[in-house]
Amino acid sequence: MSAAENQVAARRGSARAVTVLSAIGRFLVIAITTYLGLLAVTFFIGRVIPIDPVLAVLGDRAPANVVERTRREMGLDLPLIEQFYIYVKGALNGNFGTSVLTTNPVMTDIRRAFPATIELATLGTLIGSVIGVPLGVLAAVRRGSLIDQIVRIIGLIGYSVPIFWLGLLGLVLFYAKLQWVAFPARLDVVYEYTFTPITGFYLLDAAMQGQWDVFYDAFRHIILPASLLGYFSLAYISRMTRSFMLNELSQEYIVAARAKGLSERRIIWAHALRNAAVPMVTVIALSYAGLLEGSVLTETVFSWPGIGLYITNSLQNADMNAVLGGTIVIGSVFIAINLLSDLLYRVLDPRTKAG
Amino acid sequence: MSAETIQTRRDWLLSDRPASRMQARLGRAYVAWRRFSANRLAFVGLLIIIGLLVVAAFADVLAPYSPTIGDLKGSRLLAPSAAHWFGTDDLGRDIYSRIIYGSRWTLYVVILVAVIAAPIGLLVGTVAGYAGGWTDAILMRITDIFLAFPKLILALAFVAALGPGIENAVLAIAITSWPPYARIARAETLTVRNSDYIKAVQLMGASPFRIVLRHIMPLCISSLIIRVTLDMAGIILTAAGLGFLGLGAQPPLPEWGAMIASGRRFVLDQWWVAGAPGFAILIVSLGFNLLGDGLRDALDPRSGDQ
Amino acid sequence: MSGTLLEVDDLRVNFPTRTGLVQAVRGVSFSLGRERLGIVGESGSGKSQTGRAIMGLTPPQAEVTAKKLAFDGIDLLAAPARQRRALRGKRIAMILQDPKYSLDPVMSIGRQIVETLRTHEKVGKAEARDRALAMLEAVQIRDPARVFDLHPHEVSGGMGQRAMIAMMLIAGPEMMIADEPTSALDVTVQLDVLGILDKLVSERGMGLIFISHDLRLVSSFCDRVIVMYAGKVVEQLKASELRDAQHPYTRGLLNCMPRIGFERHPLPVLDRKPEWAA
Repeated sequence: MSAAENQVAARRGSARAVTVLSAIGRFLVIAITTYLGLLAVTFFIGRVIPIDPVLAVLGDRAPANVVERTRREMGLDLPLIEQFYIYVKGALNGNFGTSVLTTNPVMTDIRRAFPATIELATLGTLIGSVIGVPLGVLAAVRRGSLIDQIVRIIGLIGYSVPIFWLGLLGLVLFYAKLQWVAFPARLDVVYEYTFTPITGFYLLDAAMQGQWDVFYDAFRHIILPASLLGYFSLAYISRMTRSFMLNELSQEYIVAARAKGLSERRIIWAHALRNAAVPMVTVIALSYAGLLEGSVLTETVFSWPGIGLYITNSLQNADMNAVLGGTIVIGSVFIAINLLSDLLYRVLDPRTKAG
Repeated sequence: MSAETIQTRRDWLLSDRPASRMQARLGRAYVAWRRFSANRLAFVGLLIIIGLLVVAAFADVLAPYSPTIGDLKGSRLLAPSAAHWFGTDDLGRDIYSRIIYGSRWTLYVVILVAVIAAPIGLLVGTVAGYAGGWTDAILMRITDIFLAFPKLILALAFVAALGPGIENAVLAIAITSWPPYARIARAETLTVRNSDYIKAVQLMGASPFRIVLRHIMPLCISSLIIRVTLDMAGIILTAAGLGFLGLGAQPPLPEWGAMIASGRRFVLDQWWVAGAPGFAILIVSLGFNLLGDGLRDALDPRSGDQ
Repeated sequence: MSGTLLEVDDLRVNFPTRTGLVQAVRGVSFSLGRERLGIVGESGSGKSQTGRAIMGLTPPQAEVTAKKLAFDGIDLLAAPARQRRALRGKRIAMILQDPKYSLDPVMSIGRQIVETLRTHEKVGKAEARDRALAMLEAVQIRDPARVFDLHPHEVSGGMGQRAMIAMMLIAGPEMMIADEPTSALDVTVQLDVLGILDKLVSERGMGLIFISHDLRLVSSFCDRVIVMYAGKVVEQLKASELRDAQHPYTRGLLNCMPRIGFERHPLPVLDRKPEWAA
């Protein structure tokens, strides 16, 4: 290899390193500013909007000396920017203050509630993807047919129906009338003393310990809210799958695949869907983030002891520390999934690897 | 004779060589309308929204009973019947009448949110797009930050701090729903920013303020309207969700989400108390979704197949 | 008649649209032996739709009719979908314009070639790989083992089009439709790819339909030329007799070709008379 070639190769290598570095740098800037933004907004909500945050924490019947002490403890005598600095430092350490309602540190409560929310959202996304992707593919392949119309209507209703209302109707039908599912809770009271969760994901824990009766009971409790969330994710996923598939099916490589004599089945699943899979991963990740958010209303309807229920219970008791702590945790996970799905897209698409 | 005039009027509208700007504009509107009305579902959506407007306007005439005062003695939690089409609630109020009056609150919420959020988005987007540079970078970073937030949870936290009530719910929803409008307005601004006619206005000495207000903002309106229509259903659902959690409209207002919340206690026995308002929400959001889809397909040929 | 591969008589392709019927191909007739036939025309003349109709690759909403459309005695329009599919790739193949779009972007080149082979023949994995490598070598790719594992975006346009040819020829078709196979390539690469195509077609004794807008290219490459305008054949003649073309449209196309040593001002404009389309 000549010196000139060496130089070119080196420059190309360093150019690639620079693009990778700048991509990582961009990603970090986005991640950091977004988190700071989330903290700034919650700080604004918690400390600036209330006329007196001390009253918001203590209630209006606290004695004057307690109010004064709390004011100093909360650092409310400091300038706003300093308060924000302390607030960010606390939030980064997972310190969101103490819940008035439960008297626990908010983070302790959240840690207990978190697995319930994750379990619900995960099962919901699973249901939504397993049904939604094939439905979307079918709608795209049989475009304009009855199937396409039905998938479209299912999706439109999913976009239009109030989730909490559908949950209530589900309870009336499947719990009260048909008795197919268990009452709104996470587990039957009977098992509360015989079952010790390990990970906090009850289905997983029960299966690991071989307690199949617990597993069955947990399943009877989770299936209705999870199906409900699954329906919402299905509405979104099937619609996006259809749109991506239509886009892929109109590409020239599909014509080439037909010219090769491939079967329609192979063209659809091995070529078109394989190409659509790259953006689909992003869609499924976004739908997962959406379900985490949607869990607030669903958990309230089904008395599901996750973060959503924690937030709404705290709301009813004006427990701002708990509300904001829950908001930050769900917001953080939501943002993280958003960012990661973007990253995942780059990793999965062979076209972006060449740089 | 009359068939002939219709034929020629159609030709005039579809002419390849419009003689005036008016003719071109009418022709384009006619093509969009034909595409829109050929879409049967979109037409259903339009009918639903017109129905909503009519019901809201004539609520006083249409509602057989008072929405807030019920007959506590004789008609609590009655099942649907000829006298009470959708039954009565726990305070003996006629649910049908409450739903009719509730349409006003639904309209109130969507219109107010649109009126607050769309101009904010329009302003942020056009200024960012026209100014470019650091202004653009900072404004868009803020927009993206807001876009990355979970909307419902943030609205929840806002209302928790502001205090429950329908006005605060509207404010909270508006604060969380402007970012997409800013992105759209910025994209539109970027496409026209360097066009010759903007250059011409600049040469005539127009101030940036005037250019943005008079020459750029009007161009963003149509794509903004489509987006706002598509968002209406989401706004209604969020407002209903806040109402359901007791953070939106307060009793005795006949707001649909709050009505579901109050019917929740007896849903296992008297399902209609919560059932009817939820159905109303479903129909109206479906109407907005169908209308928005149809508008997008009709006005934006690129996405016509989606 | 044994020499005739393909017979086309009064082929029509119509697209019903909301504003009325669009007639893309309006009564095209020709026959093809083991020879090279060029179809020339501007964009929109129906030349590509003719090729796709023969392949059976017109969009589902299109209506294809013909008095006769037969490949090796098989009535293509009456043949069941399964039989037509078995013909595609195995006996009739097609090369598309731009390898950037006509190769599956997320599948390696080798796998795409092997896929054609294994669709039509019962071949083991190892043998399929060997034959694909041999095919890559036949299209003059120097390092077949490396290219086999590359993805389409990792190779140049010329290399991509060679891979496309390999993919379409591996099952040994008797007839090939090449739809603007070199239009998307750099001029320097065009000749290489044409050379490869030329060599393979004559070695294997295949019939070739070469669709192009480039009259000069077609006349130098093909035995016979069909000139299409507005969905119709306006002239059919031997490539060697192109200079004696009668139809004013063909003459117009010829006049548009720049020649060295002639002053070209003003540039001639192609004449289009509605009566030719009638």
